[in-house]
Amino acid sequence: MVRIEFLGPIQKASIELEASSLRDVADQLHHDKEVREWLETAAVAVNDTLVASLDTPLKDGDKVSLLPPVCGG
Amino acid sequence: MVELYDGPLDVPTILQRWYEEEAQSNYGAYIPFIGTVRAEDEIDGLSFDIYEPILASWFDAWQQRAKEAGALVKMAHSRGDVPLHHSSYIAAVFSPKRRVALETIDLFVEDFKASAPIWKYDLKNGERIYAKDRSTPISGSGLLKG
Repeated sequence: MVRIEFLGPIQKASIELEASSLRDVADQLHHDKEVREWLETAAVAVNDTLVASLDTPLKDGDKVSLLPPVCGG
Repeated sequence: MVELYDGPLDVPTILQRWYEEEAQSNYGAYIPFIGTVRAEDEIDGLSFDIYEPILASWFDAWQQRAKEAGALVKMAHSRGDVPLHHSSYIAAVFSPKRRVALETIDLFVEDFKASAPIWKYDLKNGERIYAKDRSTPISGSGLLKG
């Protein structure tokens, strides 16, 4: 299982999914009404490193974080 | 290391401590940027969420970049609520000569606004409202949109 974390204003508790790549995560999150609207603007990190490919492989115990638009300062 | 504080920053104390920490380091320039919460749009203050692991790696990368230019970066930020006219953010660059520090503080603060994993909320009438319109998608966002 892979743990999905929703950061900042997404306001949703973490969930666990079966996924072997980020593409699997994307497919499953598209069915989640609460999350779908954030997919357009969220950046994605795997184990706290930002990633740029849907082909990023995932293994048991990995953490995927969704980072919505930021505004520090 | 990024310094995170619950609530507003104690600006004079932080700036003085940073000054003293580097007083013997032979830097010729110390250029701080102090961000203060302004009264606008009838807000009572701002509030912040921070994702610390990615903030730490972002800052470490900047520290390395500054080091290559002979400079040093320091940063402090608030977590949670910060009332009007208080500071939520301080960044500073030390360098042997002014030009590197001036250029680095500009690049650092701009990249901070675009990339640091910090989320801002307006405090208004007892509510905490995400500052969506003032927020910037991190580079590479939208990967999961399909």
